[in-house]
Amino acid sequence: MVQLLEFERGLEPLEAEIKTLSLSEDAGADEIVKQMRALRKKRDAMLGRLYGNLTDWQTCQVARHPARPQALDYIRALFTDFTELRGDRAYGDDAAVVAGLGKLGDKPAVILGQQKGRDTAEKIRRNFGMPGPEGYRKAMRMMDLADKFSLPLIAFVDTPGAYPGIGAEERGQAGAIGQCLYRAATMRAPGLTVVVGEGGSGGALALAAGDYIGMLRHAVYSVISPEGCASILWKEAARAADAAEMLGLTAAKLKKRLLIDEVIAEPPGGAHRDSAAAIAAVGAALEKALAQLERLETGLLLEKRARRWREYGEYSEKGK
Amino acid sequence: MNWFTDILPGIKKKKGKSAATVPDGVWSKCPGCNTAIYSVELRKNCYVCANCDHHQRIGAEERARLVFDAEPALSPLGMEVRPVDFMNFRDGGGGKSYAEKLREAQKDDARREAVFACRGTIGGRAAVAAIFDFSFMGGSMGSVAGERFTRAVEDAAESGAPFISFASSGGARMQEGVVSLVQMAKTTAALARLSARRLPHISVLTDPTTGGVAASFAMIGDVVVAEPKALIGFAGPRVIQETVRERLPEGFQRSEFLRERGGVDLIADRRELREVLISLLSLLRPPGG
Ligand SMILES: [Zn+2]
Repeated sequence: MVQLLEFERGLEPLEAEIKTLSLSEDAGADEIVKQMRALRKKRDAMLGRLYGNLTDWQTCQVARHPARPQALDYIRALFTDFTELRGDRAYGDDAAVVAGLGKLGDKPAVILGQQKGRDTAEKIRRNFGMPGPEGYRKAMRMMDLADKFSLPLIAFVDTPGAYPGIGAEERGQAGAIGQCLYRAATMRAPGLTVVVGEGGSGGALALAAGDYIGMLRHAVYSVISPEGCASILWKEAARAADAAEMLGLTAAKLKKRLLIDEVIAEPPGGAHRDSAAAIAAVGAALEKALAQLERLETGLLLEKRARRWREYGEYSEKGK
Repeated sequence: MNWFTDILPGIKKKKGKSAATVPDGVWSKCPGCNTAIYSVELRKNCYVCANCDHHQRIGAEERARLVFDAEPALSPLGMEVRPVDFMNFRDGGGGKSYAEKLREAQKDDARREAVFACRGTIGGRAAVAAIFDFSFMGGSMGSVAGERFTRAVEDAAESGAPFISFASSGGARMQEGVVSLVQMAKTTAALARLSARRLPHISVLTDPTTGGVAASFAMIGDVVVAEPKALIGFAGPRVIQETVRERLPEGFQRSEFLRERGGVDLIADRRELREVLISLLSLLRPPGG
């Protein structure tokens, strides 16, 4: 049974009942099977209602769910011949950013992903998905490869943000992100990004400045974390729920402002309840988007990308 | 920002006033060494304390006055671009809305924003600049800053002039959500187009340059110049302190610290900055220019 979030507590009795029945001695009996089917139907209806009306703060919790599929889950399932490439060729290998080559269907691609990690050891090794400058320099190496071999760059974004640490600052965190953005603008190959979990500010944008940005329905993408915003506005991180509502960080809200291209549907009850379905949906979205981008001649691709980023901004313009 | 605590009696203290608007005949206290400085002297000294060399934060138009030639007059760029509270960003409770904060920051001039962009000459050579103003909502980069910056870069590219950015910002403007975040990519992409024309971008980092501004155009200049002791970094020191829970090293994230670690090319005293820029511009001339 998947770990229940605060707002899912109402499901607890049903889940318990289902579990008891499934463990009972005559679980195979017709009567029990029928009963279980009814209970599951009831639970799925409840989940449907809950997930059809998530508040933005609840969406943040789903986006951060520990059982939610992570970058490597998508990479391993969607790509064949995945070969991981490591290191920034200067200082180290940042495990918060996974990079490599692989095939999406029959098409070779360069792959990037921010990986938060599953168990405690992996989380620590990957710094909870918070890259340092080495991670962004590794990402730039991948952009160079994509450019040189005219391969699409496919990135999976899932990070609380770039790491705010002493060493990261000493080794040029800000510059590394800026260079990544610059490289993304000039890369002579299509750049595709799916925000699969958490898109934390500039640390996420560095891997999302290309030609296609998809986002899972319950992923979030924000200029600042709701906790950070709340502590600035009210000196109180506990009001994150209020902040989440104002930041416009859900896929639906971002799609409305054309900041992303597509909202990718999640299975009922969220990606963490059916990883395979979520991964398949992301794979289908990527293949469709890639097919469209590949039709563009490189010059046109770059022109479209330049126009896209040039046009972002909402302001008024008074007569001179 | 309370360097007006010791002004002469009879002169009203105003919140958020920047050094550039100090009326003549006023004394203020240097935040660096607590010495009382006469405003006329301060202005003559480029808002640098003659006693301890502390560089005060200055407004964008004052910055332009210090760097550009007095003649011909500056042509401001993109002043007609104005902010909008398009997300209806209310912080609930008793706090101020974004729209109110904007009005307050604009004071009596609706053209004011976090970026002032202009074209002029420096040492007789044409140049375009985008100058951040920390006194306008912490120099935060939203749609207006991003658009004015981009127009300035494009003006430089079209006229074949070098581009100079002066950063002074806490980062992205939260009240514009992801629209403000993507200004990082927008400004950076504009610079890529400038580069394609082989025109220089000189980036001047002033106190403070952090967050989304540091992590976009500010660190990718062809030459990166910093003012002395400016705070420069991705994350603010308070956030880092809370994350790592250890003492931050001496001088951490200051210009001198960055220069030692290869983060910036040179540190220029503000009183010599104009000469440094004139020299750089004469060295980095576009091919055939
Ligand atoms: Zn002083």
